[in-house]
Amino acid sequence: MAETMILIPGRTTKQGVGLIESKFKKQYRVATTTVEVNVEDMARLGLKEGGKVKMRSADGVITVKCTGRKAEDLPPGILFIAYGPPTSKLMGKDTAASGMPLSKHLEVELERVN
Amino acid sequence: MSAATETKTEANTKTVENATCTFCGCLCDDMVLTVDVDAHKITKAKNACVLGKALFLSHEEEDRPFALIDGKPATLKEGVEEAAQILTNARFPMFYGMSDTTCEAQRQNVALVDMVGGTIDSTTSVCHGPTGMALQGVGESTATLGEIKNRADLVIYWGGNPAESLPRHFARYAVTAKGMYTPRRKKDRTIVNVDVRRTKSTPVADIFIQVKIGADFELLWALRALVKGRKVAPDIEKRTGVSLETMQDLVERMKNCRYGVLFFGMGLSMTRGRHFNAAAILSLASDLNEYTHFIATPMRGHGNVSGADMVVSWQTGYPFAVNFSRGYPKFNPGEFTATDMFARGDADAGLILAADPGSNFSQYAIDHMKKIPMIVLDPKLTHTAKLAKVAITTSHYGINTGGTAYRSDGVPIELRPCLESKYPSDEEVIRAIYKRVEQLLKAKKKTKSANNKRRKAA
Repeated sequence: MAETMILIPGRTTKQGVGLIESKFKKQYRVATTTVEVNVEDMARLGLKEGGKVKMRSADGVITVKCTGRKAEDLPPGILFIAYGPPTSKLMGKDTAASGMPLSKHLEVELERVN
Repeated sequence: MSAATETKTEANTKTVENATCTFCGCLCDDMVLTVDVDAHKITKAKNACVLGKALFLSHEEEDRPFALIDGKPATLKEGVEEAAQILTNARFPMFYGMSDTTCEAQRQNVALVDMVGGTIDSTTSVCHGPTGMALQGVGESTATLGEIKNRADLVIYWGGNPAESLPRHFARYAVTAKGMYTPRRKKDRTIVNVDVRRTKSTPVADIFIQVKIGADFELLWALRALVKGRKVAPDIEKRTGVSLETMQDLVERMKNCRYGVLFFGMGLSMTRGRHFNAAAILSLASDLNEYTHFIATPMRGHGNVSGADMVVSWQTGYPFAVNFSRGYPKFNPGEFTATDMFARGDADAGLILAADPGSNFSQYAIDHMKKIPMIVLDPKLTHTAKLAKVAITTSHYGINTGGTAYRSDGVPIELRPCLESKYPSDEEVIRAIYKRVEQLLKAKKKTKSANNKRRKAA
């Protein structure tokens, strides 16, 4: 079952350290392919810690791992991921004449990958 | 800022004091680097944060060819020649990046784009570009980070997570730093964090305000109304997730502080509302100056992204998204911004200086970059270098190359390199490309003129 949520890509320390080392090595790859999900949302969708999920936007689809965040830290319906090549695939090309694609408010459908 | 000193401590070790870390916009210039000269490695980076330590201690000069053309090793001269040919023959080239290089290289890059009549844009456009647009519309009440450290007693972090992206921001400038009028550090300041989620920055805050996603503009506008003494309906909470009481409390704190600061991140500029969000927070700071001293300033990510704004502004009159097709600079975000030009398929060539759009632009833009001849200058192999026709390896600014970088508050800082490199600096490569393009354009003009004469004679 897929559910529509809002994905916020952003910076993290692990992603920062990873990109200094190399964007082609494990630390950066892991950091940019792990999405944080509200634990209550995880339970409702039957997602397991470290399990694979698919995120689909109007512009692309990616498969990443998920990890739980406490409900008071991450509101329900909100997802967080360190930005990188995977999140680029979900971004649209329209910038509303600003030069800035919508990068932190991506509407995605989240579903478990069996 | 203080003068750099270099001391040789042992036969094979040297210490470089007051070096600058160029990872983020804090540009911390109090690094004490210990360098093992024989091993050509930095072994200690005193005062560096986790990101700075990674930058210095993991620095290794990769043994890469001076250039790659179509993925095959080439000499620097061959790389420069190929790059010059691409730029001479392009009709609508895009020059993009510049956030991780020196102002000296940026300046030369602007001269090059001017000569070929191309378009230049920096990583600002996908960072605080909307803030730049807002600044042009509503102005800015601003200050240096030093002034903030010494004076601010109310610090509000809005839509940013400096604990992870600018790790020394708290200790060096705004939370636990000892200032002239804030001698008791955090005890002399009230820290507020406004965000859609709790981040690693939230624990430093005395007050955390959780705004609903996509409601920053409404919250800022409601705060502006309250500052101006207008009535705000209690059901504002339904839209913003923040109660009227919380807003009123924040407004009282803002109006009654001695010196307030709003630091804002890409939670405002990269989300719905973009430049309207930035204009709202800048306007809130302006409104508050009716009551006290208040400033609003963006938190900048890359080491010298502020420098790119400065250099492009002083050379063209505009900070980013500048086109030279008509022989004079034209500014138009949306039209001349890199992600738009690539995603629409407008650019017929690209020069990427010290940035990696191949890893963070939309797939539409990346797909187009794969179709056109791209030139990349970078110390590392990046996603963009992998798709480039010409990839030139350059030295690392700040570590191998000196020059100037601008801190996020617009303060220029001189870089103090500590290791030599066999690779040229970005500035040297851009200068070489410039020189060769100049020759090729002159030859092209001469041929065109000769052809015209022949045609007329016939």
